[in-house]
Amino acid sequence: MAEKSRAVLTGKHFMEGDIACAEGAIAAGCRFFAGYPITPATEIAERMAQRLPEVEGVYIQMEDELASMAAVIGASYAGVKSMTATSGPGFSLMVENIGLAFMTETPCVIVNIMRGGPSTGQPTKPSQQDVMQAKWGSHGDYEIVALAPSSVQEIFDLTIEAFNLSETYRTPVVVLADEIVGHMRERITIPKADEIRVVNRKKPQVPPGEYAQFRPDEDLVPPMACFGEGYRFYATGLTHDESGHPTTSSAEAQQKLVQRLCDKIRKNADRIVKTERTMLEDAEVAVVAYGITSRSALSAVRKARETGIKAGLLRLVTLWPFPDKQISQVAKKVNAIVVLEMNYGQIVREVERAAKETPVIFLPKLGEEPHKPAEILQAIGRARQ
Amino acid sequence: MSEELHPFETFLRREMIPHIWCDGCGNGIILNCYVRALKDLDIDLNKVVTVAGIGCIGRISGFTNTDSFHTTHGRAVAFATGVKLANPELKLVVISGDGDLFAIGGNHFIHAARRNVDIHVICANNFNYGMTGGQYGPTTPLDAWTTTTPYGNVEHPFNLVHLAAASGAAYVARWTTLHARRLTESIKKALQKEGFSFIEVITPCPEIYGRYNKMRTGIDMMNWFRKASEIRNQSDPAKAEITPERIVIGEFLDIEKPSFGRLLRDMTTRVQEKMRKGR
Repeated sequence: MAEKSRAVLTGKHFMEGDIACAEGAIAAGCRFFAGYPITPATEIAERMAQRLPEVEGVYIQMEDELASMAAVIGASYAGVKSMTATSGPGFSLMVENIGLAFMTETPCVIVNIMRGGPSTGQPTKPSQQDVMQAKWGSHGDYEIVALAPSSVQEIFDLTIEAFNLSETYRTPVVVLADEIVGHMRERITIPKADEIRVVNRKKPQVPPGEYAQFRPDEDLVPPMACFGEGYRFYATGLTHDESGHPTTSSAEAQQKLVQRLCDKIRKNADRIVKTERTMLEDAEVAVVAYGITSRSALSAVRKARETGIKAGLLRLVTLWPFPDKQISQVAKKVNAIVVLEMNYGQIVREVERAAKETPVIFLPKLGEEPHKPAEILQAIGRARQ
Repeated sequence: MSEELHPFETFLRREMIPHIWCDGCGNGIILNCYVRALKDLDIDLNKVVTVAGIGCIGRISGFTNTDSFHTTHGRAVAFATGVKLANPELKLVVISGDGDLFAIGGNHFIHAARRNVDIHVICANNFNYGMTGGQYGPTTPLDAWTTTTPYGNVEHPFNLVHLAAASGAAYVARWTTLHARRLTESIKKALQKEGFSFIEVITPCPEIYGRYNKMRTGIDMMNWFRKASEIRNQSDPAKAEITPERIVIGEFLDIEKPSFGRLLRDMTTRVQEKMRKGR
């Protein structure tokens, strides 16, 4: 009988979202955390500081978020699954090295527990205002993967999924949760360790002389050697060839590299994207929501059904790459779409683009609370007309 | 005809040569001293990671045949911290410039020194931002001419060895590229040191900094180093000045104190023992 796992706290718990996020990371094999305290993500750091030494991992509190993200990339290149957690102002600092992580194909996870912005904004209040920043925050063309949990159970599950995706595609993955999901307490079930699917990065199958750090397999993802394994590779944030050598003057090299890095995500979008459909089969009005707002939306959709309105919900679990196909399928069948966001209009633009001719009604919300079901119900009513 | 290999052949990435550095630049000497130190110490090159930030010297990580990484501007020390903590078996060497380490990366440097994390930092100090064409930086001397101090520099420069010592480094030295043998010996010592070690290397930038400051060639700059250098081992780094007349060099600090890695491992061991006893 194996010793009870210290890494996976199998069983039923009443747990805060931030804590569940930390537990998901450890269950996924994360053994390195570098971060900087920030509301409302601090509890993730606190939990990691307590738990990582228990599983022989390393917690370090860096001097700022620039350093945190740099250390996370370093640890991943040393072969250890690594992560950081932050909120808007810290995320703004991290986007510099998220670009580096993308360019150097570093598997790592960044958790952003979103609070109100811009700037220092409302530190203790929820928002979904960093959705576009997650996609476009760093300079240059790149593709991010971002997941939006809507419950404590799901932040546990999606943090594991974030690690698995980052290891599969050798790319940074963002968990975009709002402050409510981060701070609320709910019941969660943590499965047995052997029931949790854990993916580890592909390793080189050839000796050092034949290996190139950035030579992709057919899936566009290169196997990854790590420091100290004898491959003696060079990695740089400069545009580079398959060996990692800088190719800063060649248009061909720039095109080849940037296209592959983006296509690695775009061409695998069908494998990455997850959405959840509720009562959409015969719906006239579809509500599109993600994170905490999707729970108000579900309540509103049920109420609408009670009053005879055929409403349904498309919950976006994956925000990036954007679920174009899923939106498009829904748009073809409904008369109108209602989009809810705790911001002043971000994902709605993507929905409008994917929905083409289908009218889209946007319901923004800024401040303390998510949308009330009654407000959503009203919007559904308007959309039906 | 058999080809005789250069003694450093295995230490350099041949496909990256020729290097990008200008005639008279001192970076090649720093690279030479670094690989000579690795060779003399007979270190397993598979366990060395050379990390650099952005700037002329930043390309050194590409030329060195170890595992190597070229980070974003200023973040080399923070990156190296992550690597070292994740795999303590590796020897982490950060080689970067004065602008990279002390302007944009200054915060990372002082905190890594404070933690006494096991990283060996070598700073090529050429008194300006060479790669972008010669702007003033945190080490540019007062009154010096650069492209962004067209009326002379009015900012006080950092004294890097004083800063490193005050921040908590365990080993601190300053040399010039003229002192290649002493520099090599110093690097060897630093590489064997537990904790955070720092070596500042004053290096000529005749094409840019020198040209604007009446030292047009590498020889002119080396002559300045020769005339002005004074070796003051174990002297107070706070008084280690750099002026046109006097460049104080030497080994300023060499102390023993537990590194961050050691303290972290000890703590983890204690936690593990507590876990085994069932708390």
